[in-house]
Amino acid sequence: MKLEQMYQEVILDHYKHPHHRGLREPFGAEVHHVNPTCGDEVTLRVALSEDGEQVTDISYDGQGCSISQAATSVLTDQVIGLTVGDALKTVAAFSEMVSSRGTVDGDEDVLGDGVAFAGVAKYPARVKCALLGWLAFKDAVAQASHRKDLEDKR
Amino acid sequence: MTASVDLDVTGIRADFPILNRVMRGGHQLAYLDSGATSQKPMQVLDAEREFLTTSNGAVHRGAHQLMEESTDAYEQGRADIAAFVGADADELVFTKNATESLNLVSYALGDRRFENAVGPGDVIVTTELEHHANLIPWQELARRTGATLRWYGVTDDGRIDLDSLQLDEQVKIVAFSHHSNVTGAIAPVGELVARAKAVGALTVLDACQSVPHQPVDFHTLDVDYAAFSGHKMLGPTGIGVLYGRRELLNAMPPFLTGGSMIETVTMEATTYAPAPQRFEAGTPMTSQVVGLGAAARYLDTLGMPAVEAHENELVAAALEGLAALPQVRIVGPTTLEHRGSPVSFVVDGVHAHDVGQVLDDEGVAVRVGHHCAWPLHRRFGIAATARASFAVYNTVDEVDRLVAGVKRAVEFFS
Repeated sequence: MKLEQMYQEVILDHYKHPHHRGLREPFGAEVHHVNPTCGDEVTLRVALSEDGEQVTDISYDGQGCSISQAATSVLTDQVIGLTVGDALKTVAAFSEMVSSRGTVDGDEDVLGDGVAFAGVAKYPARVKCALLGWLAFKDAVAQASHRKDLEDKR
Repeated sequence: MTASVDLDVTGIRADFPILNRVMRGGHQLAYLDSGATSQKPMQVLDAEREFLTTSNGAVHRGAHQLMEESTDAYEQGRADIAAFVGADADELVFTKNATESLNLVSYALGDRRFENAVGPGDVIVTTELEHHANLIPWQELARRTGATLRWYGVTDDGRIDLDSLQLDEQVKIVAFSHHSNVTGAIAPVGELVARAKAVGALTVLDACQSVPHQPVDFHTLDVDYAAFSGHKMLGPTGIGVLYGRRELLNAMPPFLTGGSMIETVTMEATTYAPAPQRFEAGTPMTSQVVGLGAAARYLDTLGMPAVEAHENELVAAALEGLAALPQVRIVGPTTLEHRGSPVSFVVDGVHAHDVGQVLDDEGVAVRVGHHCAWPLHRRFGIAATARASFAVYNTVDEVDRLVAGVKRAVEFFS
């Protein structure tokens, strides 16, 4: 296993030039997630469409290693514009791949640049880094959807 | 530095077969994470195996020969470890790790049966550079008892800032680390003990990072309690030690209760065994004590002054090598003055996790993260550092590999 297999060029590109970074309005929910083993953190906002069916924006700020920062950048590329259902399927696919210890390659049609993180799966200590932003999104989307439901009932 | 000439580091390394391992990047292991856990020499493993294959039995129970031999081995281990740290055998309590040792003290100090117990209005003092194990038990003790937690701040070079707090008669406990597990700063134990004594407070020393690396004599240091772990000093995991002054241990109520720690038991009430048995409830860690005793003898045979001198050479080489890289900032003292082994640093533009990953690719094992000292990292406005920590088996060549690896990380991410 060589370093370049883990830190593929596409990961380094996302790290050095992150997409959709910065916190934006409006948003349906904001979450703050921390990786307790290393102290890395991300604040992430999700905006849903009026009907609550679509992810219209993900914005974020935080500090962390190249893997966590690049993975969050890829998340925004893949998920903004999807329906909530498809977004959560994408999260599940990414999570499965990076947790697989290298046994699942990942589908580029679903994960896009995310498939570059397949190498990370071989380093169990880095799986949490890769998932930090993705799990924050999952939490935020659940909170945003819950709020939409409450609004609809009013 | 002449003392290190006495150390046959090549011979020492032969006692640690793991150091020959070739890692996944194709390079021989350079193990620079002994501050997290040390490797163990064959002498320790052989002592455990010898005990388990010839004398294993339940300590302090029954009357058969193996029980007698086990009890003798256990108590001989206590005596050898006590001698190694300048204590008497009956002043050492075995626990599962240093964290439990510190919790044991903190629970006794919250028990109203103990005359030194704290209550509302009392103050517990610690420092901002503590490992979580010497912070959270005191936060919890304050919460349980209504006492207040205060702390010494930290200077820009990672030392306890003695000017940041004045002690008064309300202070009952002063808990601090001998060597910071992040900055490597060595605390002015004499000064802190004097200040605590002046207000009648007890002192608790976290000695996890000092006992493996320099001569330590608890009687000379004059602390009331001290905690250290087995696995950081070439011994097994699953064994920690609490030192307590005899009068204090004898006056303390138990923490964990059950078998072995009793004197008489009826359905209504129980009286407790004298210290240290009072604090060793249940069947104790026996082969671990035997192994830790062997580790203490191993270090004692090398001579702790020689161990300290050798590690000073490694720290000096690391400080010098890393200082030559403009992107690197040391978090801690940059000279050897009152400084121990851990060398923690940040690299401009490269997160500690990524530094660690590049070093791993080179076979160099370091710790990355906050090293269980999150408030200290917050003090410096950083989330994580990379930390190289040394032991007697490390070489200057390994330090050179560290520096080269950090350089590679800078280039890789630039």
